[in-house]
Amino acid sequence: MERADYERLRWRSIRRALLELDITLTRFLDGGEFDKLNDDQQQAFAVLADMEDYDLWDLINGKAEIDDPRLASIVEMLRKS
Amino acid sequence: MSIPVLKFDAVIVGAGGAGLRSAIQLSEAGLKTAVLSKVFPTRSHTVAAQGGVAASLGNSEEDHWTWHMYDTVKGSDWLGDQDAIEFMCKKANEVVVELEHYGMPFDRTDDGKIYQRPFGGHMSNFGEKPVRRSCAAADRTGHAMLHAMYQRNVKANTQFFVEWMALDLIRDEEGHVLGVTAMEMETGQIVIFHARATIFATGGAGRIFYSSTNAFINTGDGLGMAARAGIPLEDMEFWQFHPTGVAGAGVLITEGVRGEGGILRNSSKERFMERYAPNAKDLASRDVVSRAMATEIKEGRGCGVNKDYVLLDITHLDPATIMKRLPGIHEIGIQFAGVDCLKEPLPVVPTCHYQMGGIPTHYSGRVVMPQNGDMSAVVPGFYAGGECACASVHGANRLGTNSLLDLLVFGKSAGDSAVEDLKAGRAHRDLPKDVADKTLARISALDNRKGGANVHETRLAMQRTMQDHAGVFRFSDMLKQGVSKILEVEKAARNLEIKDKSMAWNTARTEALEMENLIEVAKATMISAEARKESRGAHVRDDAPDTAEFPNGRNDAVWLKHTLFSPVDNSISYKPVNMQPLTVEPVELKTRSY
Repeated sequence: MERADYERLRWRSIRRALLELDITLTRFLDGGEFDKLNDDQQQAFAVLADMEDYDLWDLINGKAEIDDPRLASIVEMLRKS
Repeated sequence: MSIPVLKFDAVIVGAGGAGLRSAIQLSEAGLKTAVLSKVFPTRSHTVAAQGGVAASLGNSEEDHWTWHMYDTVKGSDWLGDQDAIEFMCKKANEVVVELEHYGMPFDRTDDGKIYQRPFGGHMSNFGEKPVRRSCAAADRTGHAMLHAMYQRNVKANTQFFVEWMALDLIRDEEGHVLGVTAMEMETGQIVIFHARATIFATGGAGRIFYSSTNAFINTGDGLGMAARAGIPLEDMEFWQFHPTGVAGAGVLITEGVRGEGGILRNSSKERFMERYAPNAKDLASRDVVSRAMATEIKEGRGCGVNKDYVLLDITHLDPATIMKRLPGIHEIGIQFAGVDCLKEPLPVVPTCHYQMGGIPTHYSGRVVMPQNGDMSAVVPGFYAGGECACASVHGANRLGTNSLLDLLVFGKSAGDSAVEDLKAGRAHRDLPKDVADKTLARISALDNRKGGANVHETRLAMQRTMQDHAGVFRFSDMLKQGVSKILEVEKAARNLEIKDKSMAWNTARTEALEMENLIEVAKATMISAEARKESRGAHVRDDAPDTAEFPNGRNDAVWLKHTLFSPVDNSISYKPVNMQPLTVEPVELKTRSY
């Protein structure tokens, strides 16, 4: 991912409407988990980060599930991060 | 260096509930309106508000705005201005119905009216019995509200500047406000927004505390900008706290956990609530529990390396009961405390939630400050609404669901007042020659400083100082030390260094600029709290206890007045509380008890 694209994604991940997402996504990005992902997985993370806050938080805390296996695997990582 | 100038009739900073509500008034009046926001509007922290919005619609049972007014005055511990409170409670029905017309999907009764649910502190007939007054959209009221208002703004041609951060308020020599300087995050470009009216709707600054339920975005940018422009901050000692947030994270643990049998313990595993409330124990009121927790921590019986939290123990409860009755608690424990609450107790601490004080405003939304002997003279061209403003309707403590009402009513009135002033002929005034100098100097200092303070460490030092010295229960000696400490942190905050010097998406620079706003709020809070030598509402001091002479530690003879913190010289002055409503009899002073 290009630097500017990464920094844009980082800003959109560390300034959310919900504190729960601020903490979870900041930890994932700044804790090095994101860097371990391949390009396709990083794009999948970007798709999740673009979601509405409650929709994403419901996925992470297990209240909702997502069908797309590509996204589901990232959600699983966020749950454990 | 030539800085681009964008000219608008009105510039609004912040696209949460108050900003969007103001923008509707301005754009629908045909005025060219810009809204600046650090994030996409529907990612503002208003989204997190779940409880609902108070309005005495009387859809479920008899209700009246005067009863709502009584509850609000009582909730404020009589520090709220009764003219502003009357204005807000009377307007509540109108703004809620408008929202319904904007498409807000309120919960409904079987006959199609807006459904109303009960909420703590909402009473009928002047405190007699509970009444259903809160209007909600499931548990996503704030979220639904933002979506409805954003769509309305799109229709009205409001111009949004998303991922822009306002940096400084522009004031001329006569004190008029002429707009803001701002930075586009994508490019790092600094731009001047030159406006006939400037409205701040930047939300609260809960991130000054180590433990806060506020999202990271709540860095008090509007308060910081106002303070740097010499505008005082009102009643900053008053912050609402919840007793049990996850230590180190701030994520709320519902009070239902204690209801189901959760026990609070200190470092020696003692059930300390038995000493503070022998009968109610862990089920004592929120205030009592918070104070007990703070006392245990202050007296060295806290847990962890820094002895700065206590434990909430539910390991004795049946795991099936926990999973059934307290859904989500297990996940929250694992996610934010790294603790399996079925096996180990959760680390918890009283956690900051809402800022009652802010930029002083009249109920019309116009910003006011002391000038030439008038304690509430209007600052021409400047308006504010929502959590960043202090009208003051929340006084020393906010009534539940009045936060969403505040941003609707005062967002709208700030917009209406701006429209009125512009239509009366307020023109663009000439920009001062040095219009962007201060902003450029701040940016340049950040970019060029060597050997300065680290942003993350400085923020942590501020948050720890605020949590330890000006938390939910305050001690005279700690407040005095806190003032010295926060002034030390301020020196670091004015000497920040960043490693990343790039222009595009430089989040290190943005966070440093946020820190410069946070410190203004932290300093105002600490100095205002140290100065107020009574207990009132959310400001509770150990040396102002509940006595026969001063019930709840409140001393009206001396302290029935608003604090004004002057950022120019860190001094405090006071102005009277307005006890005179607009049309009805005042709510007379009495002891606040529930």
